Amino acid sequence: MTTRPDVIIVGAGIVGAACAYYLSRSGMRVTVLDAGFAGGGTTAAGMGHIVVMDDSEAQFALTSWSQQLLDDILPGLPPSAEFERCGTLWVAEDEPQLESARAKLLFYGSRGVHAELLDAGGLARAEPMLRPGLAGGLRVPRDGVVYPPAVARWLLDEATRAGATLREGVAVDAVHGRSVTTPAGRLEAGAVVNATGAAASKFTPGLPIVPRKGHLVITDRAPGFCRHQVVELGYLQSAHTMDAASVAFNVQPRTTGQLLLGSSRELAGWDPSVNRAVLSRMLARAASFMPGLARLPAIRTWTGFRPATPDKLPLIGAWPDVEGLWIAAGHEGLGITTALGTGSLIADLIAGKAPGIDPAPFAPGRAATAVH
Amino acid sequence: MPDAGASTMRADIVVVGAGPAGIAAAVAASGAGRTVVVLDASPRPGGQVWRHRDRASLPSVARMWLDRLDRSGATVLCGAQVVDAGPGARIGAEYQGRALKVEAQAVILATGAQELLLPFPGWTLPGVLGVGGAQALLKAGMDVRGKRVAVAGTGPLLLPVAAALAKAGADLRMVAEQAPPEDVRRFAVSLWRTPRRLLQGVAYRASFLSVRYRWGTWVRRVAEMGGELIVTYTTGRSSWAEPVDLLCTAAGLVPSTELARLVGCEVREGQVVVDGRQQTTVPSYYAAGEPTGDTGMEAALVEGTIAGLEAAGRGSGEAGKLKAERAAHRRFAARAAAAFRLRPELRERVEPDTIVCRCEDVPMSAIRHGWSGRQAKLATRAGMGSCQGRTCGAALEYLVGMARDTVRTPLAPTSIGVLADLASHLDESQGAS
Repeated sequence: MTTRPDVIIVGAGIVGAACAYYLSRSGMRVTVLDAGFAGGGTTAAGMGHIVVMDDSEAQFALTSWSQQLLDDILPGLPPSAEFERCGTLWVAEDEPQLESARAKLLFYGSRGVHAELLDAGGLARAEPMLRPGLAGGLRVPRDGVVYPPAVARWLLDEATRAGATLREGVAVDAVHGRSVTTPAGRLEAGAVVNATGAAASKFTPGLPIVPRKGHLVITDRAPGFCRHQVVELGYLQSAHTMDAASVAFNVQPRTTGQLLLGSSRELAGWDPSVNRAVLSRMLARAASFMPGLARLPAIRTWTGFRPATPDKLPLIGAWPDVEGLWIAAGHEGLGITTALGTGSLIADLIAGKAPGIDPAPFAPGRAATAVH
Repeated sequence: MPDAGASTMRADIVVVGAGPAGIAAAVAASGAGRTVVVLDASPRPGGQVWRHRDRASLPSVARMWLDRLDRSGATVLCGAQVVDAGPGARIGAEYQGRALKVEAQAVILATGAQELLLPFPGWTLPGVLGVGGAQALLKAGMDVRGKRVAVAGTGPLLLPVAAALAKAGADLRMVAEQAPPEDVRRFAVSLWRTPRRLLQGVAYRASFLSVRYRWGTWVRRVAEMGGELIVTYTTGRSSWAEPVDLLCTAAGLVPSTELARLVGCEVREGQVVVDGRQQTTVPSYYAAGEPTGDTGMEAALVEGTIAGLEAAGRGSGEAGKLKAERAAHRRFAARAAAAFRLRPELRERVEPDTIVCRCEDVPMSAIRHGWSGRQAKLATRAGMGSCQGRTCGAALEYLVGMARDTVRTPLAPTSIGVLADLASHLDESQGAS
């Protein structure tokens, strides 16, 4: 005999896992369902960059608050979570980009986030493998890196210890307000959270979430090649243009000594195949910033699907069209960074408690009005 | 732009792999008037079975085929590592540190097989190696004179390796065949149908007559003690330990199907599905030899010839007689496979702390039954190292029935620069011009 859960979470990616973590710790009975296995979707495909963003006040609030929440759980994370506070190094190619780095410095500084502006010499000292002739950069030392599937697994393990139930390999056919339909029948709950990421609009029509494909390449071990997550400032342009396929230089040192290379953004439906034109442009871009990369052995490429929204903010909160249905999806490339903030928001909102940050900018209804 | 370092070759037919199947395919297709490019990652043609430094050291059949290849007019590129393929009959390789694209009308996959390395306690110790690796090291000049060596495992490969070790001066202590005596005996009796194989087996055995050759015996574990390897053998009923310096193991071969899977050929039970013309389920792709599951050099030569003729459009006439030969080789391969199938006790040797993924040091205890290859990878890093599951994938498939992860470019480690050049070069929108 199973008792009816308070909350059913559909999707055991890192966002669903964080929702389960905070909901179960607040005393809710939680069931998590996943069609595949926990952390096996977009969570496994991403880089695992933990980064504070400044492109909007709301994005800053969610990313910086999530980083504080990460600090709270850090002592409990297992070594497999591969957390490393490597910092982010934003690279400016030219003077206009360095100007935007100065603006970032001011933005972060006035909000208590430590950052350092580097001139050309400072940049070269920070990452000697960068090509000469770059204008400078901005170092954000508190940013870091995790291995997302392991973090998702740990959050679910903790949730399970607090009484939650994880059911993998359960395909949900339909998501309703206070129930979901599975091939084995209807499961009832007090509330349902749609945390299915890029697939969220399949279950909740009207959600303006589309899959935005990305490519990644991992190298064989090359310890010491670079120390920071190094990202070109032009990345933000790439992330914000929604039209054709775009690429940006983004390289990350893993604790294994391997390097993870990105990034690309492309609207290609759900086609998981490697787009050779995009892959080639992405790697050429990376090698233009760090010429030594061209000689390192690549051992694998893969693709993944970011859940993208039109206004670059995730959808977190009640879905106004359906009583009892909550949305925690649409994090695009920031789902690993903002999973904890999202989970905490969802837990507080469902429990009727005051959330840690203002939830209004993330209200899924904003999207609904935009779509209707 | 990235393709500054890339070059393109055009041919009617591109053959991947220069072992017996690839050589036969190239000779047949060239003989039918086609232009042929052969790609092989090794420094010289011959594949695993005819690996050599000095051609004069090879058996006559090998010399004959290598001479035919020389005279065929086919362009043979050794040291070409295939990295990517498609769309259509296009192959991307790393060659001399640069990207090379070969554009053809048809592709013949003659990618051979690799050794199945089964984990057991001690299998990662220095001095424990597969028979294929041992053979390669012997040919590269490894000095085994006076070293105490044991050969253990299964299949027709045990005898030639034991013979080669004895010839190289090793102090051969034991040849252990895991298959039950009644199965080996039945197989040996069936050899009257192929007298040449029978004679060959007798000759191999004669070269180490004084050495114990035990059937129904396998290695339970190996431990390192005081600089020597202590091998524990078992017959299931009794076990005993003996010291050696070197242990060569053979658990059979796994067809190399990565390239076939990359281009979407149907692969069933680890073998590339082909029709009577050696054609795969992907148009313009043929396969011959080990990838199709038909083991052995003789089968490879026949299948390679058929594939070469068919790909050249000359299949109807000459290939008929060959198909009868192929059928005979397949019957032999099936008898060998039945006689030397791996006993279930080999699975049970694995202990919780036995390493199953060497690249990433993953122990068996970390792997859960029912996981897919991808799940195991994400949870434990098994298969995430530089071999990308080429070794542990087959072992875990055998041990716990784990499904292999998908195949993507690069098929083998290649530099970021070459990967970028190849991707750009193989891309249809850019490369078609």
